[in-house]
Amino acid sequence: MKHFSKVLVLILLLMGTSLWAKTIVVCQDCELGSIKEGIAVAVDFDTLLIKKGTYKEYNILIDKPLTLLGENYPVIDGGKRGEIIRIVSDNVTVDGLFLINVGTSYTTDYAAIRVVKSENFIIQNVVLEKLFFGIYLEKSNHGKVYHNKIIGDAVDEYNSGNGIQLWYSHNVVVDRNIVQGVRDGIYLEFSDHITINNNQSTNNLRYGLHFMFSNDDTYTNNTFQNNGAGVAVMFSKRILMKGNTFRQNWGSAAFGMLLKEINDAEIIDNTFEENTIGINIEGSNRITYEGNDFINNGWAVKVLGACYTNSFVKNNFLYNSFDISYNSKLNDNKFENNYWSNYTGYDLDKDGIGDVPYRPVKLFSYIVNRTPETIVLLRSLFMDIIDFSEKVSPVFTPDNLMDAMPLMKKTE
Amino acid sequence: MLKILKYSFYDLMRSRWSYVYFLFYLALGFVLLFLNHDLSKAVITLMNVIIVLVPLISTIFGVMYFYNSKEFTELLLAQPLKRSSIFLGQYYGVAGSLTLSLILGLGIPFILYGLFQSDAIWDFSLLLVTGAFLTLIFTALAFNIALSNENKIKGFGYAVLMWLFLAVIYDGLFLLSLIIFEEYPLDSFSLAATTFNPIDLSRTLILLKLDISALLGYTGAVFKSYFGTNLGLFISLGMLVLWTVLPIWRLAYKSKRKDF
Repeated sequence: MKHFSKVLVLILLLMGTSLWAKTIVVCQDCELGSIKEGIAVAVDFDTLLIKKGTYKEYNILIDKPLTLLGENYPVIDGGKRGEIIRIVSDNVTVDGLFLINVGTSYTTDYAAIRVVKSENFIIQNVVLEKLFFGIYLEKSNHGKVYHNKIIGDAVDEYNSGNGIQLWYSHNVVVDRNIVQGVRDGIYLEFSDHITINNNQSTNNLRYGLHFMFSNDDTYTNNTFQNNGAGVAVMFSKRILMKGNTFRQNWGSAAFGMLLKEINDAEIIDNTFEENTIGINIEGSNRITYEGNDFINNGWAVKVLGACYTNSFVKNNFLYNSFDISYNSKLNDNKFENNYWSNYTGYDLDKDGIGDVPYRPVKLFSYIVNRTPETIVLLRSLFMDIIDFSEKVSPVFTPDNLMDAMPLMKKTE
Repeated sequence: MLKILKYSFYDLMRSRWSYVYFLFYLALGFVLLFLNHDLSKAVITLMNVIIVLVPLISTIFGVMYFYNSKEFTELLLAQPLKRSSIFLGQYYGVAGSLTLSLILGLGIPFILYGLFQSDAIWDFSLLLVTGAFLTLIFTALAFNIALSNENKIKGFGYAVLMWLFLAVIYDGLFLLSLIIFEEYPLDSFSLAATTFNPIDLSRTLILLKLDISALLGYTGAVFKSYFGTNLGLFISLGMLVLWTVLPIWRLAYKSKRKDF
């Protein structure tokens, strides 16, 4: 029997080489003791099964379509000497590895996994620690970054990298990743048609998510919590942001979300909770805000000018110190059917819509915009009195900036 | 002096006003904590109440008490007693009982809701300390006004005006000057302007300790670098002490020279 099975294996192996992909085992006591050797031996579409152990390797180049599969999370220790894995071939899958100690450099962006000009890649179930850049996609399209965990220990912005970075990469799915303690959790530059779902980006130094010059992207159901400055979306068009949670981005220069030069976006069903500024908007046009919850923020929405034809419909503004802040007397944005916890009007005909319009801009927030030093009078009795008188008869705040049909009850 | 202090204190107790004041704070504390279990948020709400109500009540109470006990004071003046001890005794009696009502009234509900296990304890102590200082300051100011005005109506008028000025009008003038001089660097000016008004000073001290200070942005950072340091805290507490000591000293000084 023994001989028979050996022969069978031999036959199968021979068949494998000629007909279909085979599995190559890499482990520390095996014939193939390192991943580099494994890759050298493998041919196209093989699977490299990496057994549990610690492999001290860096600059691993994957130049053929392979699957790197880790068993029980083998550790690849880069020894802080450079990048760990570089993928330069199409159809590569990296699964179940534990990568630590990526080199830090001020001239090269060393990454734990870098994908260069490749298509159809899958990077999943990878754990990264002690990294500079995490997963870096460079001009690579149609890939998937799924269920990875990136735990950085960044202290300063100037010598830390980003968790997941996409540069000139299109049609990539970033799903169910956990990123924390890096500079930018997820960073997109010149990347279109990207889908970012169900990720958790927390405790990062700068932004939880950062968009630059990337169009037609979608991000849904992500959580961004306690980042240096929240999420920044800049110079991009047609972005859909849905069902995300922005929490506890609290500090004197922090915000939940920053929109700068964003056009035609949709911001739907998001939750902004306990941020110094919920959304900071600058030069953004034709944006729909619908069904968002703004809870306990310092400023729920801060509009800094050059924002036209935006509409705020059916949002809940709950217990914010300031609901809306506006720095001009001109208003071209629409506020309708929102619920405002500060609303004191009444509803005589019981149709659920208040009979008196609500003016979300307080005089105090108008004054603070003009002369920022006046913020020291926050919570002073005098400010409450003049806010009240402005509410009764508006003089300084834009006349038409009001919600003519405020809701009496929260929208669900 | 101690005897007179004790007399004034028990007099207030007997008149039940201390109890009413105490019960008011007790109810306020319990209602606040009942509606919102978050101690640090309750501290913010309480701050709003304290910086407005404590000065007002101390002022009114001080003036009222002084005028009310005028006959008794004249009786005491006929006795071989030092004038300063008569007036200071009365002052400490009133201020002491008001402070005690405040501290017990707010302290009890907060302790029952687990203040000692919470990290809001320092903010809360600061709140009580500033509240106590505000009581001392405004009672002393009220006594001064009452001592200088024989006419009760005038005295009341001045006292209320004083409160109105420090609580509301001062901030209005402050705001106006900030807007008028917005071209100039205003940081040191606004620091000075806050320090010179005990109500503003208390408000700023408490605000800077709370999370909400992030809203203050750049100006807040300037304030924090001043009030946040030990030196700043000492200066601001010193300022509060000065605000207390000066009126008390004037009270003693005036009472010696006054013709009854």
